Amino acid sequence: MAVGNPNRPKADSGIIRWIDDRFPLTQMWQDHMSKYYAAKNFNVWYVFGVLSLLVLVNQILTGIWLTMSYEPSAEGAFASVEYIMRDVEMGWIIRYMHSSGASAFFVVVYLHMFRGLMYGSYQKPRELIWLFGMAIYLALMAEGFFGYLLPWGQMSYWGAQVILSLAGAIPLVGEDLVQWIRGDFLISGITLNRFFSLHVIALPIVILALVVLHILALHDVGSSNPDGIEIDQNKDENGVPVDGVAFWPYHVIKDLVAVGVFLTVFCLVIFFFPEGGGYFIEKPNYEPANSLKTPEHIAPVWYFTPYYSMLRAITFPLFGLDAKFLGVITMGAAIAILFVMPWLDRSPVKSMRYKGWLSRVWLAIFVVSFVILGYLGTVAATEGRTQVAQLCTALYFAYFLLMPFYTRMEATKPVPARVV
Amino acid sequence: MKKLILLSLMLIMPAFALASAGPKAALDHIQTDAADKASLQRGMKTYVNYCLGCHTAQYQRYIRAAEDLHMPAELVAEHLIFSDQKVGEQMTNAMDSKLAADWFGAPPPDLTNEVNLRGADWVYTYLRSFYVDDSRPYGVNNVVFPSVGMPNVLLELQGVQSKDCAQVPKHDSHGSAVIDSLTGKALTVESCEVLTVAEGTGSMNQAQFDATVYDLTNFMAYMAKPYKSDSQRIGMWAILFCLLMTVVFYFLKKEFWRDVH
Repeated sequence: MAVGNPNRPKADSGIIRWIDDRFPLTQMWQDHMSKYYAAKNFNVWYVFGVLSLLVLVNQILTGIWLTMSYEPSAEGAFASVEYIMRDVEMGWIIRYMHSSGASAFFVVVYLHMFRGLMYGSYQKPRELIWLFGMAIYLALMAEGFFGYLLPWGQMSYWGAQVILSLAGAIPLVGEDLVQWIRGDFLISGITLNRFFSLHVIALPIVILALVVLHILALHDVGSSNPDGIEIDQNKDENGVPVDGVAFWPYHVIKDLVAVGVFLTVFCLVIFFFPEGGGYFIEKPNYEPANSLKTPEHIAPVWYFTPYYSMLRAITFPLFGLDAKFLGVITMGAAIAILFVMPWLDRSPVKSMRYKGWLSRVWLAIFVVSFVILGYLGTVAATEGRTQVAQLCTALYFAYFLLMPFYTRMEATKPVPARVV
Repeated sequence: MKKLILLSLMLIMPAFALASAGPKAALDHIQTDAADKASLQRGMKTYVNYCLGCHTAQYQRYIRAAEDLHMPAELVAEHLIFSDQKVGEQMTNAMDSKLAADWFGAPPPDLTNEVNLRGADWVYTYLRSFYVDDSRPYGVNNVVFPSVGMPNVLLELQGVQSKDCAQVPKHDSHGSAVIDSLTGKALTVESCEVLTVAEGTGSMNQAQFDATVYDLTNFMAYMAKPYKSDSQRIGMWAILFCLLMTVVFYFLKKEFWRDVH
């Protein structure tokens, strides 16, 4: 007697067959691995999705072990991190894997996003993949922010103080809102406890769910490629795209090479440069949080600094709004504008390979501005630096706001029918 | 596209050139050495004799130092623990932090992470930069940390150091001596930050004292990252393994992709 859904692929016999009668195991394997076809011309830019997943797993596993010895209280947090670093067997490796992992996460995610911008991966029909991805980026920033308070060092404390005070710039409700988030009149053990809860439970669940959605959407419409050609439109007699190869084993094995290279660099960091020259772990964080002593120079961790620079670049009030609130709006807008990317690009082609020189120059301007803003956010503001930051902020927005015009104006090259 | 990337890099560079730090006291550079166990042992001896009375090292256990610095635990218990503490305990003291704040203006900070916080060069220079200043409560001031609340606890070793004005060789912005092109002699400039020790006032000469402070700083650098030598040892193997793995994956990939055209 046939058991279960007869319309799906099943193994012929054995334990897998038993499972297939009750759960679509073989079908899932085929849909996502052995019969998921992706273009064979993926270049090095296409490895950062897999690497993001690898770092996510690293963060979750090391996070679980850190939580075993971490104590989320104002009295015990700093000492418990020292305990992990010194008394827990291999604790220092676990902690450095987690702290460097956070930076690695943003490195690979930024490169992954740049790939999307360069090859138009957000274009129809992949808008939802881009939106889920942007939601992951947002959740990741929140995760990084909450996590950075947990070691309860000076920079944890004052960094959180600076970022939280941003919400205070919102007119009327700002101060009450900040107090509601903090749960106290200043950042205290109460704040630390709720950030801990959000960092280890709430946001990881959100991020995992979003990653599943991101990948489901991707596997439904199929991966894009450096040529921006839909490989589905060229299938052989078996229904297999002629320009595609199966994810398993071809792309998996190819990705493993990238994993090897990544892990080599990652080991170099965690064993030899775990503080990342003061960018991954900032020096003042070796001193316990002290609400009465402000560090000389407060800088957020490097992955937030481009936006921090934009905040500081707004030094003038406008339309009756004060400078700080305008800065907060600018920061928010800088992230929000990324969400509408798929609708700003009006180019008939996806890939930078076939777009005109205007698109290329603007992408370069955008990247240069973003990197300069990131750098400026790590150093103290001077008049000259603020002017540079203002220029870069304007260029950052111009890249997006002018996109509907320059992508339509420029002459594009013809896209070949098959991948090259 | 490659030209564009190169051009972008060139555009970014000037921004980094703007990044010069503000003027601060020049620090003497040292190279700490986690493998020099003898130096670390001498440093720990200095620490427990001259520092621990006021400055705890509350995250460092005696027994861990004994193991890492290759000292028998009994000897550590006998010669390096002056209280009734056990060798498995952390390096703390009996100072009341409220009283200490009254005495020094602020309670003496814990020093386990001092080298992480300020760097070895800072500690090494700071400890050798106390000078006589009668306007300060303990009669000394410090070039690296002006108006510091701490007395010069190493005075009996170093001797009485004073800060005077004198002619010193002039250096250009790259740190090399400036030579007068007419006379060929090195140019000098007046500096009022010249530290000199009154001869015969300390039990050590300058070389001995510098070596003692080096050992102490070296020990404090060990304390800041006691896992550092483990990290370097394991790290080499980890990287070697990852490289090997990458090579294997690379050839595996080549083999699998042979039939893809």
